[in-house]
Amino acid sequence: MRRSVVTDHSIVSRVFKARAIVAGLVCFMLMSGLLARLGQLQIVEYAHFAGLSKENRVRLMALPPNRGLIYDRNGLVLAENRPTYHLELIPEQVEDLDATLQNLGDVVTISDDNIEQFRTALRTHRPFESISLRTRLSEEEVARLAVNRHRFPGVDIAARLSRYYPQGTTAVHAVGYVGRISEKELNSIDVSNYRGSSHIGKTGLEKYYEDQLHGTVGQQNVEVNAEGRILRVIDKVPPVPGNDLMLNLDMELQLTAKKALGDFAGAVIVIQPKTGAVLAFVSEPTYDPNLFVHGISVKDYDALRQGDYKPLFNRALFGQYPPGSTFKPFLGLAGVDSKVIGHLQSVRCIGYYTLPNDDEHRYRDWKKWGHGQVDLADAIEQSCDVYFYELAHRLGINRMHDFLREFGFGDKTGIDLIGERSGLLPSREWKRRAHNKIWYPGETLIAGIGQGYMLATPLQLAVATATLANRGMRVKPRLLKGMRSASGERIAIEPAPVSWLELNRDDRWDQMHESMRRVLRGEKGTARATGWKLKGYEMAGKTGTAQVFGIAQDEEYDAETVARKLRDHALFIAFAPIEDPEIVVAIIEENGEHGSAVAPIAKKIMDKYLLKADAK
Amino acid sequence: MPNKYQFDTAYQGRFSRMLQIVRIDPVLLLGLLMLTLAGLGILYSAGDQSAELMQKQIVRLSIAFLVMLVMAQISPQQLYLWTPWVFVVGVILLLMVFFAGEVGKGAQRWLKIGVRFQPSEIMKLATPLMLAWYLSERPLPPGLRSLVISIILVLVPTIMIAMQPDLGTALLVAAAGFFVVFFSGIRWRVLIGTGLALLAFIPLLWRMMHDYQRQRVLTLLDPESDPLGAGYHIIQSKIAIGSGGLYGKGWLNGTQSQLDFLPERSTDFIFAVFAEEFGMMGAAVLLLLYAFIIWRGLYIADHAQDNFSRLLAGSLSMTFFVYLFVNVGMVSGILPVVGVPLPLVSYGGTSLVTLMAGFGMLMSINSHKRLLSK
Repeated sequence: MRRSVVTDHSIVSRVFKARAIVAGLVCFMLMSGLLARLGQLQIVEYAHFAGLSKENRVRLMALPPNRGLIYDRNGLVLAENRPTYHLELIPEQVEDLDATLQNLGDVVTISDDNIEQFRTALRTHRPFESISLRTRLSEEEVARLAVNRHRFPGVDIAARLSRYYPQGTTAVHAVGYVGRISEKELNSIDVSNYRGSSHIGKTGLEKYYEDQLHGTVGQQNVEVNAEGRILRVIDKVPPVPGNDLMLNLDMELQLTAKKALGDFAGAVIVIQPKTGAVLAFVSEPTYDPNLFVHGISVKDYDALRQGDYKPLFNRALFGQYPPGSTFKPFLGLAGVDSKVIGHLQSVRCIGYYTLPNDDEHRYRDWKKWGHGQVDLADAIEQSCDVYFYELAHRLGINRMHDFLREFGFGDKTGIDLIGERSGLLPSREWKRRAHNKIWYPGETLIAGIGQGYMLATPLQLAVATATLANRGMRVKPRLLKGMRSASGERIAIEPAPVSWLELNRDDRWDQMHESMRRVLRGEKGTARATGWKLKGYEMAGKTGTAQVFGIAQDEEYDAETVARKLRDHALFIAFAPIEDPEIVVAIIEENGEHGSAVAPIAKKIMDKYLLKADAK
Repeated sequence: MPNKYQFDTAYQGRFSRMLQIVRIDPVLLLGLLMLTLAGLGILYSAGDQSAELMQKQIVRLSIAFLVMLVMAQISPQQLYLWTPWVFVVGVILLLMVFFAGEVGKGAQRWLKIGVRFQPSEIMKLATPLMLAWYLSERPLPPGLRSLVISIILVLVPTIMIAMQPDLGTALLVAAAGFFVVFFSGIRWRVLIGTGLALLAFIPLLWRMMHDYQRQRVLTLLDPESDPLGAGYHIIQSKIAIGSGGLYGKGWLNGTQSQLDFLPERSTDFIFAVFAEEFGMMGAAVLLLLYAFIIWRGLYIADHAQDNFSRLLAGSLSMTFFVYLFVNVGMVSGILPVVGVPLPLVSYGGTSLVTLMAGFGMLMSINSHKRLLSK
């Protein structure tokens, strides 16, 4: 301190004061700078940062809607949402993870796979997020867990809704099933409406009416912290559940048809001719749609895909068969309406037919020795081939094609399902286009008995038969009868459009109905055995047989099966009662040999529907 | 010239007489109390309303105020005599840190001799003390020789601390030293010339650094280039401040802080919590409180009786300002992120004690005055 006394205090003090003022000013300026910065952040850019802050803390969460249910016409549930139970762990609440996993294994079945997947998920989840350890617990497992709950803190049984088909295999080809949304489907759906949805209709009505069934996604804004933990719900727009579907299907009739078909592969379509309502939609063999909901195992899928008669194949919709003799009533109408043959004009059947300029090639009748002198009614009753060779020859393929199109052959019926096949109604143009070959006259004859290029789906046969029953009114087959919104409101379905086939003379319809009645009631009717037992109503029908040309080479050789698979397909179309048709049935039984063999199936269905009598 | 007692007589009362006896400056005390109370309020919010945290901080504050009270009793003359020893011991402790320090969070800052502490904290006071001691003995303004020795006295602890690495503390130590030289009346052109000469060292230093060190410096200068790492702090901090707006979201209602988006929110980034919850208005009031304390410090320095006291008081006051400016500048994104807490508000004990010891020295300078005839 001594030395400092030497310096001139007043000067130092003055210099210091000046410096202190400078320092103070610098402080003031820099403080102002800080304030300016705060002003920039908090006033000028306020909106920007307020937005970022909100983005940080507010998260939009999707609330998936409940899928609409599916009922049959009597209110029986075909597709519903059932709670399934999952075993979940919240890692941060579990004290000793290894011990817990070990002990849980004593209560429910936990595979090594489960544990491995759980451990993988553990790495990617936050400690407060629940991780699934086991899915689809059985009721017994749920009960066991509930009793032991106190032993496992942090272990939870979570209930989720998943699709369930209580009728199992019965109507799967109509109802279809849902499955997990695939990568491909993501591109074709409105992704914003599927936020939170895991499943989508894959086949059948579940796919066709996906938009109706799915509903509208809801959303909620939640407040989260930096870890992503949800703290509270800020606002919420509840989801709108999908609409329920009420189907035309009658499960009792469906079951009757399915049982009547027995263990044959094939398809049965039952429709109401006046409305197009599809009462039964059977394709056999079938499978359990519930297998697909949670992802089918490779083993199960291979079994279905390679299974005998391919259960996954929807025969009613995709199966294209030669209609065989069931084609004859339609062709007969074409003949008389085009006046190439009179109703009572007869043709001599000697067991085979030859073209006028080609004696060599004989077109055989199924009856070796022939039917003798037959008119149209006889030809229908006895299913005479020669009569129709002659008729087809007189009509020519083009007239045949144009007339039969009016019954819906060669065209999709427009049913409310996706992927329907259109069958094949051949013509000269078609052959030139498809095969680049000319049409031979002999091919017209083969087409005349519903063979050769001619192909029709069971659904097409049913629609054509309905048109016949309706005297020319063609309806669109419909599986959906009505819809009901989640609020219970009924949603009207627009009536399916109809088209008309007008004949030059209206009594041609009655004549054909009578001829088809004789198939069952006539002395020589091909289905007379069924006709004998027919009571309470009159049925018009037509049997048919479709040749099986060969067996695909890649099919396994099995003596018994192959023998059976070589047999012809049996067909039968029918409607009843004749005077006021209420029901149309079309049946294809693969390897059923002859249409007369499946006529009883039609009778069982009609008895059930018209007489409310159970099949014996 | 008004006598300093005239100022005090306006506040004459039993309480202020009592304060006078214990050598406490009521004006500075008022500022410090208001600031620490505001700090406790915001810490309650930033620390998730943890009673434990509050309790710890209150204990630390009590200790800090006690240290201030003790320091106020030590006369500047006494302090003057101890200064060289304090400085030498401080440097030795820094050396010990270098060889035997404890590593924490990637840096070697702590030393454990009975208690665990950071010797660099001591240097925050020892460096300005040493420079004031040295320069007050020389003729002022200092000549070139004094200046060179002063620079060496500052650089030795600064570089040692920077190597720990603790850039924030190094910066504060250097600033403390600089202000002593500044207040000693060094000529402007010498000041500017020395500044430029030191700037010339920067490229040399840059070339001596390792790649990872350079990277660290670059990230320091442009945090947004690393939004998930070092940049995350500053981005979230700016969101917190900006979204506070003019009036703030309200106490305990800052979403950035309450929902954990803002890291280090009870320590280095506590200013962002304050600005989010009390808005620009609140932040301006807080800055005014700091300005008030700094003004009082400079006032005390201006009215000090000898050069040692004057230089020390001026440096301590301005260092306090640097503290504030670096912290707020860093939190609001105009300065690189260096670990400097918001003085007297951030949670944590070490800097609190050092700061209050400094304020104790200021009070001592203000109260240990001999009546001199001028």
